[in-house]
Amino acid sequence: MATIAAPTKIRFRDAQVEMAHGAGGKASRRLVEGLFAPLLFGADSAQPLGDAAHLDFNGTRIGITTDSFVVRPLRFPGGSIGELAVNGTVNDLAVSGARAEALVVSYVLEAGLPTPVLEAEVRAMGDAARNAGVLIVSGDTKVVEHGKADGMYITTAGIGRAISGLRMSPNSVRPGDHVIISGPIGDHGITILLARGDLDLESDLRSDTRPVLPFVEAIVDVAAPGLRWMRDPTRGGLATSLNELARDCGLGIVLHEDWIPLRDAVRGACELLGLDPLHIANEGQFVAVLAPEFAELALDAIQRTPGGEDAAIIGEVRAAPAATVLGIAPYGGTRVIDMLVGDPLPRIC
Amino acid sequence: MKFVDEFRHPTAITQTAEEIRRIADPERHYRLMEVCGGHTHAIYRFGLKDLLPDNVELVHGPGCPVCVLPMGRIDDGLAIGAQPDVIFTAFGDMMRVPGANGSPLEHKARGMDVRIVYSPADALKLAENNPEKHVMFFAIGFETTAPSTALTLLRARDKGVHNFSIFCNHVTIIPAIRAILDSPDMRIDAFLGPGHVSTVIGCRPYTWIAENEGKPIAVSGFEPLDLLQSILMALRQLNAGRAEVENQYQRVVPWDGNQAALRAMAQVFELRPYFEWRGLGFISQSALRIKDELAEWDAEHRFQVPGVRVTDPKAAQCGEVLKGVLKPSQCKLFGKECTPEHPIGALMVSSEGSCAAYFNYEHRKSAELVGIGA
Repeated sequence: MATIAAPTKIRFRDAQVEMAHGAGGKASRRLVEGLFAPLLFGADSAQPLGDAAHLDFNGTRIGITTDSFVVRPLRFPGGSIGELAVNGTVNDLAVSGARAEALVVSYVLEAGLPTPVLEAEVRAMGDAARNAGVLIVSGDTKVVEHGKADGMYITTAGIGRAISGLRMSPNSVRPGDHVIISGPIGDHGITILLARGDLDLESDLRSDTRPVLPFVEAIVDVAAPGLRWMRDPTRGGLATSLNELARDCGLGIVLHEDWIPLRDAVRGACELLGLDPLHIANEGQFVAVLAPEFAELALDAIQRTPGGEDAAIIGEVRAAPAATVLGIAPYGGTRVIDMLVGDPLPRIC
Repeated sequence: MKFVDEFRHPTAITQTAEEIRRIADPERHYRLMEVCGGHTHAIYRFGLKDLLPDNVELVHGPGCPVCVLPMGRIDDGLAIGAQPDVIFTAFGDMMRVPGANGSPLEHKARGMDVRIVYSPADALKLAENNPEKHVMFFAIGFETTAPSTALTLLRARDKGVHNFSIFCNHVTIIPAIRAILDSPDMRIDAFLGPGHVSTVIGCRPYTWIAENEGKPIAVSGFEPLDLLQSILMALRQLNAGRAEVENQYQRVVPWDGNQAALRAMAQVFELRPYFEWRGLGFISQSALRIKDELAEWDAEHRFQVPGVRVTDPKAAQCGEVLKGVLKPSQCKLFGKECTPEHPIGALMVSSEGSCAAYFNYEHRKSAELVGIGA
């Protein structure tokens, strides 16, 4: 039987939990690394923390992950909490290099939730699971008092078989590698923000929620040996995912800002609200780092997969500046691109 | 995107930067102060310093409303928020600004009803939708935001909304510029004038800077090309020995300002005899208060306000940074005790604060600090 590692020293010093601890940025990382990891994963957790873990069972590599969904409003253009709850977990497995096989689901429902609302979300989960090719095999339901859970919270956990032939890790990233994004960034976060109706802004934006496994498989087919690292840039956005990589591998990541695909509506909303699109959540995109000789092949494979037409190479890995993400404007100006600090958009997934 | 892409055009930016390098006299050192925090943010966000020659130095000015607000005012506002049935509303910038016992966001986590609004009109709407509550709007900003506060208050009066009040912290830009010029340790050659403020007050109020102080001023927009053009205009004036008010931001800033906005301000506000500015101390006639006849909507009148005065943490050198005497990275706390995540001074909180802008976009480019973030 496996034994849990002995606790190590806690480094988390914040007096109380703030919304920022759930926003996916610096504060989230501090909480996970400073409190959860020392007490739960012990001193053995030398390897960087990912969204999914891979475990060996008698020679079979299994990916396992879990995610909770607390989005408000429950339905928004392009998706809903039920669809997110399936795609989010399937995607965490996919970018870890595993094909989701089965999910379990827990509902926390608020007393007074109309049955049609619940039914719609359960249907959405069923549809999303069929679309992603994954089974939902078990679950649990709890009900809390009226006013406690914004209608419903959903938690899913998933397992999947690791895709063979992949060796992804921040440690395998090298200077000269290319960074690829699968499509336009920020659609999900801005869609949710506008769906709240607080801003009196309208657009035809839709959430980008979708399973990313078809794209991952397309890359694996042509570029598996050159695939170094992958992540789905959800909360905290592309900037936060790449900063985690930069920190974990100790290298610099240089982005050509005008190469990053971005819809005008997202750009406009960000300009108006003083947000950086690189900090806005995505639910159907992934960012990958590939060896230079495989980058064009991988890009071509993604672009030929339906929905991947806007994929682009957006930057490269360099030896310096160490552990930093740098943005270059087309006229030569540079800026550091940091992780998300604080919480610009609460409760987006 | 219209009105954005034109002013981020790589060729135009490159050409303007080349022209700046061409006319900058290598024998001279140019110190230009960008008055507005929005400029400071844009300069770092767009990496404009990379395009300027070493002898053109940009000094960050006091035009960040969150940054110049003394900590005691935040505590006063939060004291109102702590009253029963009060909803505390403010712009997002204010939410992480530390008071003596934590920021509005930390008070929210402890149970205070704190809401982010995008305009004072949203706060008024909240009051109308929650007649059993009292909604207080923590008003902040220079002349840029003061008109919308004024119009909202007038609308509350006209609609007879009585469960709404404004905690007024509006300040005015001209006395701050005067305080900078009067400061003995200041050596500024020219100013980049604040674009947004000027949409309201126009360019005329700056003429004394040129005529009496002999300093050129170019009122500037916020895109990369705007800022470079304004720098070029200031350099040309300095090289020619001229001192004039020039308006680079003509597409938005009328020479005489926005008369309707100025009228609304005059209807609602009057000058306070003096007001405390963080880093600059008490400046006479530098802030606005709500007129007595509108006292019903004045939170300072309706609620007991403790009138807290909190001295800034001793080691923090916000004042020196705010006046442009020190660069952000020269403060002893910068990047160590004071980071955007755990700000000690307000300059590290607002995205327009020079410390936050420098920390977020610049400092790791040159020197690496150990232990950033997590």
